[in-house]
Amino acid sequence: MIELQHITKRFGDRDAVDDLSFVVAEGEVAVLIGPSGCGKTTTLRMINRLIEPTSGRILIDGTDATTLKPEELRRHIGYAIQSVGLFPHLTVAENIATVPKLLGWKAGRIAARGTELLELVGLDPDQYGPKYPRQLSGGEAQRVGVARALAADPPVLLMDEPFGAVDPLNRDRLQVEFVKIQRELKKTVVFVTHDVDEAIRLADKIALMRLGHLEQFDSPETLLDHPATKFVHDFVGADAALKRLGRVRVDTVLRTDVPTVRDGGAAILTAAGKRARFVYLTSADDTLEGWLDSRVLERGTPPAEAATRVDWREAAIGPDASLKEALSRMLALGYRSVPVVDDTGHLLGEVSLSDVERTMEAGDAHVADSVDTPEAGE
Amino acid sequence: MSPTPSTHLKLASDVATLAAELPRSRRRLVATAGMAVAAVALFAFIGSEALVDRLLVRAFGTIPDPVFGTPLLDLTWQHLAIVAVSSALTLAVGLPLGIWVTRESGRDFRDIVSAAVDFGQVFPPIAVLALMFPLLGISPASAVLALFLYGLLPVVSGTVAGLEAVSPAVIDAARGMGLGRWRILFTVELPLASPVIMAGIRTSVIVNVGTATVAAATGAGGLGLPIFTGINTSNTGNVVEGALAVSALALLLDGTLATLTSWVTPQGAQE
Repeated sequence: MIELQHITKRFGDRDAVDDLSFVVAEGEVAVLIGPSGCGKTTTLRMINRLIEPTSGRILIDGTDATTLKPEELRRHIGYAIQSVGLFPHLTVAENIATVPKLLGWKAGRIAARGTELLELVGLDPDQYGPKYPRQLSGGEAQRVGVARALAADPPVLLMDEPFGAVDPLNRDRLQVEFVKIQRELKKTVVFVTHDVDEAIRLADKIALMRLGHLEQFDSPETLLDHPATKFVHDFVGADAALKRLGRVRVDTVLRTDVPTVRDGGAAILTAAGKRARFVYLTSADDTLEGWLDSRVLERGTPPAEAATRVDWREAAIGPDASLKEALSRMLALGYRSVPVVDDTGHLLGEVSLSDVERTMEAGDAHVADSVDTPEAGE
Repeated sequence: MSPTPSTHLKLASDVATLAAELPRSRRRLVATAGMAVAAVALFAFIGSEALVDRLLVRAFGTIPDPVFGTPLLDLTWQHLAIVAVSSALTLAVGLPLGIWVTRESGRDFRDIVSAAVDFGQVFPPIAVLALMFPLLGISPASAVLALFLYGLLPVVSGTVAGLEAVSPAVIDAARGMGLGRWRILFTVELPLASPVIMAGIRTSVIVNVGTATVAAATGAGGLGLPIFTGINTSNTGNVVEGALAVSALALLLDGTLATLTSWVTPQGAQE
């Protein structure tokens, strides 16, 4: 748990941060966001005392941060930054080993931890461990940066725009992985960003700051539905409804009772086409292979040709994607529904445009916390 | 079977590819061994008085008087001693000075220090000898002082440039992970800055080897002695003897320091 009590930081005669107080509960992700110069990075850096507050107290798991030596404090707080700052003269494995070494871990434990972390962030330990940072792409370097921040298994993690410098595609992937990792590790995270969508996607709580003070500290849903000030309203943007869809996971509205034909020959396809307008086609092991439009069949097209064959990696989405992604996939492909598959392409069901509409109309009822309460519509 | 020119060429290119493909550690060992062989060869040559004399007689037709009865090898050792003492002094002062002005506490003095070491280099060493005369008299100490001041600039500016080139993000990450100031300096900043710092040291030492000939004017000896004597007695052979020995020594030291650089520079900080 991180508790900021009346934190003020004065640079010269300017208050960079002015009487800031909030609490980040254990295992929660708090995202600090706001326009540049709002004091979000200063606030983050005061938590591990890279900047000393002018006044106020910061408690980390109940301990006043100022009672510890700054170096000692920082070794127990993970730190990842936008520019990554990997040590260029050390290999990836050595970079990750930095804090464990400072803490005096045995060599065997350090090596095992390095392997474990590289696997966690999706990099092959044998391939990437001996590489030097200049041999990595931007996205890979960010992954190593996160692995390094997690090295000594700190309960608290500070992240300053960790995905800010990578391209949108990679950022998206890193965000998905972050959510996945966080669900597993349950760290207490303070995360700085200037990207509203990123904040809404990752946050349990959003701290929206302006000119050094807190405009609102709330869950993303509350922030979107009940902005405390006009500034908050303007900052989150006019598309709050759309953004809210970004908080709803596909598996909360997933319909599993979709007409499906497994491993279908022409006769089966014809029969299937008579039962429903759209029928999903899967292989013998339930991997999505395409779908059949019965109207095309009615026009006299042979069943084998009437079927649309697709690659599930492109045409389907995963159960942990958001409804916003489902919607944009439908719009992009020009369909009114999108199939949902698991990691290996097995068909789980589908989400349709009307499911999305119902969610938007239901408002709060469906905006379940995507991580903690997956059951929808309570 | 005698090798044809084309097989010669092929052999040469093979050797070149082989050298490029050698792992870094192996290349470093080969370079080190090469420098050792070159050093032994140079000193063996300088040490063989008769051979040197014969070559000089052949080239200039003059018999070089053994300068004040001191053999060339001894003069070379004297020269090396002057270079070693003054360069050690330069490093002992220049490195900490360069580090200090890039720290929080010394940042304000950065410009003053760099102006001072600039002045140390533009001020002629021979004038330093003259100015020191009332204080130190005619002694090797004034020569060492002159050389020390003269060599300071490349060391200080190399250290400052090398340290300032270390990415602030790297240092921020290091601080954020809980590395202390000294640990950051010795395990992050200095290793990363080492190629630039070493380049400064090399320049300083090489310049020192040439400039150390002025030490002869203070009675400290060294390879300046045959040069000055040669000028006074119009003996070209003496001048060439001293000058060539100085050049060879400079090249040898440069090679040695280059090899040393490849040992102290961490792999990731190269290129």
